[in-house]
Amino acid sequence: MIIDILKSFPERPPIAANLRYPVDRATVLVLFGPSGSGKTTILRSIAGLEWPERGYIQFLSQTWLDTAHGIRVAPQARKIGYMSQDYALFPPYTVAGNIAYGLGDLGAQERKRRVSETVDLLQLQGLEDRKPQELSGGQQQRVALARAISRRPQMLLLDEPFSALDGPTRVQLRDDLRRLLTQLALPSIIVTHDLTEALTFGDLIAVMGTGRVLQIGPPQEVFSRPNNAEVAQVVGVETVIQGSVIEQADGLATVRVNGATVKGLGANPVGSPVLVCIRAEDVVLGQTGSGMTSARNHLAGKVTDVVPQGVMVRVTVDCGFSIVALVTRGAMDDLGLHVGSPVTAAMKAGVVSVIPR
Amino acid sequence: MNWTAIWLTIKLASLTSAVLMVIGLPIAYWVSFSRWRWKFLVESVVALPLVLPPTVLGFYILVAIGPHSPLGALYTDLVGHPLPFTFEGLLLASVLYSLPFAVQPFASAFDQVDRRVIEASWTLGVSKLNTFFKLIIPLSSTGLITGAVLSFAHTLGEFGVVLMVGGNIEGVTRTVSIDIYDEVQVLNYAGAAKTAAFLLVLSYAVLMVVYAMNRKVWAAWPKK
Repeated sequence: MIIDILKSFPERPPIAANLRYPVDRATVLVLFGPSGSGKTTILRSIAGLEWPERGYIQFLSQTWLDTAHGIRVAPQARKIGYMSQDYALFPPYTVAGNIAYGLGDLGAQERKRRVSETVDLLQLQGLEDRKPQELSGGQQQRVALARAISRRPQMLLLDEPFSALDGPTRVQLRDDLRRLLTQLALPSIIVTHDLTEALTFGDLIAVMGTGRVLQIGPPQEVFSRPNNAEVAQVVGVETVIQGSVIEQADGLATVRVNGATVKGLGANPVGSPVLVCIRAEDVVLGQTGSGMTSARNHLAGKVTDVVPQGVMVRVTVDCGFSIVALVTRGAMDDLGLHVGSPVTAAMKAGVVSVIPR
Repeated sequence: MNWTAIWLTIKLASLTSAVLMVIGLPIAYWVSFSRWRWKFLVESVVALPLVLPPTVLGFYILVAIGPHSPLGALYTDLVGHPLPFTFEGLLLASVLYSLPFAVQPFASAFDQVDRRVIEASWTLGVSKLNTFFKLIIPLSSTGLITGAVLSFAHTLGEFGVVLMVGGNIEGVTRTVSIDIYDEVQVLNYAGAAKTAAFLLVLSYAVLMVVYAMNRKVWAAWPKK
């Protein structure tokens, strides 16, 4: 996938985005960044709903946009599944009608079969004859997804798929969508400003600043090794590591990470692969063997790197895996920390998020 | 009451509405969806009959379709008689005269349609034309009916344009409003009153339909 576009706006900074990545059968790219960073514009350009002044968009061997050669493929011809933030269901049609809407080129029989297949896949049974206005937010989202995938698109584009939903529904539907994407094995692009969503879905994460793509890479890399301060500021998390759950008790997951164990919040079943995320501000450093605290995690390690950041110091500790802590200069001096010193990194289980992968 | 005039008027108004449905929809679509920066010029032309005195509009139409204009000469060649002072000429004038009463409600109905819904239709592979018929028309049905009814009602009462372009030919171009004028001229107030009352009731009924349709809440009606 190659995206290289320039689009300017009368009263906003222009969007000059450039990203390319290899598309596998099921690569999920997450466009991650604060609102106003141009994520939606990029997604709409890929869908063919927005026309950049200059640009080039290529998906596999198909050129969708090439302003230099006057190529502009209409959205109708791109064969994509696109879901906008507010789902944009068709009010005059029933749920079944919405799903069948784009299947006009199929025969009646085939169309019916495809609709019922999609209804089953998204568990919409019993809602076929309802109108969109009569559905809950979560149901609307499932109908919008059903409509987008019923044509068997070659790519799925989702704009903030959960922003219109409330908390509990969000968590439930996030798991559902993850399962669905794995099942469909469709290359997808998901726009989000939510860290958990980005980590849940992204095989690749493209971090957006104002109108630019700052960094693109696998989540662990982007979050643990941001290219520069701007990326670090956007993502806001310093430690992201892969692990697997070895114990589960009432929403408290114990995760094995490279020989160390970390306790964190997450209802993940035992044995499931997860990402563990810890913010540097939440890590407390102490001298090894300095006794009990209320924190559930005490990881012994060695300091491998010390980088001053204003009044704070970024300390990287190797305790089986690298963990980053942000401490004050004073604390550094009191503890007498330098590269090579033994240290204990402590954090409460409450600040450790365990995200299914 | 002059039933010939009433029948003629209703025929004229219905045909005007029908023609405006056909030519008004594409104009309204363009007005609503175009991003051309000089669009307002076209919008102003469409709205012109709202403010122009009917006699002025009628005068220009008369000149434009008269046998001495290229357009009128062409029509005379094709059909064998000139366009002014015929029912067809009157229909043409009525269509122009009532154009804003159809196009404006159509366009504002199209304006109300959520653009994201239209875009969703495009991404599902449905062409712009099919999106128009499958989605935009059903979503703007109230506006379309309003436009049709308003242009019908507006044509019912036209006077100046009819007089200029149609003249006053019994059974061909003598509409209700001209009939009332004639009756008053010959001091037949009783006849004028009956026809006038009929026109009043009809216009009121038509407008009632429009406002009832546009009413969002029917408190007394159960929700579907």
